[in-house]
Amino acid sequence: MTPRRRRMLLIGSVLLGVVVSAGLALRAFEQNLLYFFSPSEVAAGEVPSERAFRLGGMVLDGSVEREAGSLTVSFVVTDYAHQIPVTYTGVLPDLFQEGQGVVARGRLDPSGHFAAEEVLAKHDENYMPPEVAEAVARGREAQGQ
Amino acid sequence: MIPEFGHFALILALCLALAQAVLPLAGAARGNAHWMALARPAAAGQFVFCATAFAALAYAFLTDDFSVRFVALNSNTALPAFYKFAAVWGGHEGSLLFWSTVLAIWTLAVAWTGRAQPQEFSSRVLGVLGIVSAGVLLFTLLTSNPFDRLAAAPVDGNDLNPLLQDPAMVLHPPMLYIGYVGLAVPFAFAVAALLAGQLTKDWARWTRPWVSGPWIFLTLGIALGSWWAYYELGWGGWWFWDPVENASFMPWLVATALMHSLAVTERRGLFKSWTILLAIAAFSLSFLGTFLTRSGVLISVHAFAADPARGLFILMLLALISGGALALYAAKAKDLTADGGFRLLSRESFLLANNILLTIAAAAVLFGTIYPLFLDALGFGQISVGPPYFNTMFLVPMLPLAALLGIGMHAAWRNTPRHLLLDKLKWPAIFAAAAGVVVPWLVFGTTSVLTVLGIVIALWIVVTALIEPVRKLVGRGGAPLTRAQWGMFVAHLGVGLFILGATVTSAYDAELDHAATPGEQWEAGGYEFTFVGTRNVEGPNYTAVEGEFEVRRNGELVTVMRPQQRVYRVQQSPMTEAAIDAALHRDVFVALGQSLGGDAWSVRVRVKPLISLLWLGAVVMAFGGLLGVTDRRYRSQPAPRAERIEAEVPAAARPVEGS
Repeated sequence: MTPRRRRMLLIGSVLLGVVVSAGLALRAFEQNLLYFFSPSEVAAGEVPSERAFRLGGMVLDGSVEREAGSLTVSFVVTDYAHQIPVTYTGVLPDLFQEGQGVVARGRLDPSGHFAAEEVLAKHDENYMPPEVAEAVARGREAQGQ
Repeated sequence: MIPEFGHFALILALCLALAQAVLPLAGAARGNAHWMALARPAAAGQFVFCATAFAALAYAFLTDDFSVRFVALNSNTALPAFYKFAAVWGGHEGSLLFWSTVLAIWTLAVAWTGRAQPQEFSSRVLGVLGIVSAGVLLFTLLTSNPFDRLAAAPVDGNDLNPLLQDPAMVLHPPMLYIGYVGLAVPFAFAVAALLAGQLTKDWARWTRPWVSGPWIFLTLGIALGSWWAYYELGWGGWWFWDPVENASFMPWLVATALMHSLAVTERRGLFKSWTILLAIAAFSLSFLGTFLTRSGVLISVHAFAADPARGLFILMLLALISGGALALYAAKAKDLTADGGFRLLSRESFLLANNILLTIAAAAVLFGTIYPLFLDALGFGQISVGPPYFNTMFLVPMLPLAALLGIGMHAAWRNTPRHLLLDKLKWPAIFAAAAGVVVPWLVFGTTSVLTVLGIVIALWIVVTALIEPVRKLVGRGGAPLTRAQWGMFVAHLGVGLFILGATVTSAYDAELDHAATPGEQWEAGGYEFTFVGTRNVEGPNYTAVEGEFEVRRNGELVTVMRPQQRVYRVQQSPMTEAAIDAALHRDVFVALGQSLGGDAWSVRVRVKPLISLLWLGAVVMAFGGLLGVTDRRYRSQPAPRAERIEAEVPAAARPVEGS
């Protein structure tokens, strides 16, 4: 091989690598995008079915219920305009409390229940995730009208 | 009085930084030796005043001076003294002061060693560091003054965030910051080379320790952060692809690439403009990390300052510093010409592959981290990118990189005869492939393609990294290795250990959430767990419920574990304090969750095989880096003539050369 052809080969294989990895990247990216929805958006049916998403809002006071001696817990997430019932099985984060902001990742079943695979509460009691704050503000606004 | 003194010292530091930014650069441009001579005293003065300001803030913390707002927000009389000191960098304002102080220390070190370099060059380096320092000090003074007083001092402080009350917290941020900030030095060297319009092998030799040094600290800092998250955040994961984790990881990836590309620039005079670009990118990414952490655009454990004005200021500073450097690069890069060529099968090719793959990995992480921010900023809705994206995108470039690493270590500069490589690496390859397939299957009973791939590659790297050191230790194989060569093999051994740990932990981690009542027994990961019961415990500034668990293997008691569920009195925030029984071959992890009513508690147990290799691998990598930095050639003055001639000996005669 002449040096020139060798260089072309090298450049060609690098380009191919870049194209393949860019393709893989976009695919992986598309499959792992998680959208955030507020309870009002869920209630309005804006959520694509079959797809996992993140639901955020406040844990409604008095809504947390446990099955005795089991890890399954159910609670209601609200933006003070609409409410979505959520179930989760597992250990909840330290700062999970009624009346506090929460973000849950999971799927909506046909009956309108949200089955959470992961529940996040933030690491500071004064701090509310901006998305949740915004969702709650919008919910309150809608309620006021 | 003392806080005002600290504030005043900070202002003086800014004045000196401005002097250091302007005069040496102007002096170098006009050939004025007097102006250039000001660089060093300005750097020394800046260090003195930054250190004074830092000491003043530490004093305010240790004496519980709650009239200072920053102290009142982050400390408390009941806080142990150890944590009062660590609280200096436990919040936004103090950590910025710490940033400046660390930069002053690095600058002082550069000024000290720069005496062996041409005055014009070292003046430019110090001038660029002065610009960076002035920007950050200005930011601190204008938006985040740690010495601000409160009109009325509270009786007691708000306490340090309980998450940060941990021994690793005392070390993790300083390590990371020393690494982050240290990358300003190769950045300054790169800009100085661009200003001079030429890049010599001497330049590369001067720069290399200033990349490896910060890299060592970054490596240790990231590993410590990961370890801290593992036991303190409570749930036993060790890497979450949290945006702030990514913010520290991207500079690390690029610094790693830079370290390798500099090796080529030093030995062969190649990859010059690429090296410059990487140096600019590495520091820009650490600056971006600061922006991401401080701007409040991220939802994260780390994001304690949510103030858009601050974010904007940092973004402008970033645009100014990185944008300026890139503009200079665009204008001057054409002057940097390569000194020679190389063949396909050579050290240079492997290092080129290393650079490309590391850059791709860093770009993928960058994309996943900031794309959601862009979408949100443009009003296209709020999204987040899940860990599976990062896992895939990171593995795709990393697997070939790790596989090539084993060969690259043994390739010679310029050209390597194929048969030499084949002879040397045939048996390691066969061994790694066989052991990688058979051992996990024998030990764990199951395996998968990705697991086999991971283990084979890990063993391949470990074995190929050991070939030369072992040959030297048993007294065969010619000339002794230089310390830099030892460093290369040791650091790569660390990479192999890390990959082994990461693969095995991810593949064979046993995790179980359980609703447990006292006296109950259950099994996970080959261990039997017995929940004995709970009791109440009083700590210095918290109360806790402590669970007791007996852990048995085949009926024999291994250990008794006592995880806690704490409530810190001042902030009234609950915290899980997991119990971990660590050993080289596995960690047993028990965390107490919530009371489920009655005596029942939610409990998470995990058995994580070989997780210790993650941290061990990182420490070994860092130690390899340390060996590299302390090599004689970085301590000596400009290379003696003999050494340069020796470097020109044909490659085939020297199968292993320093990286």
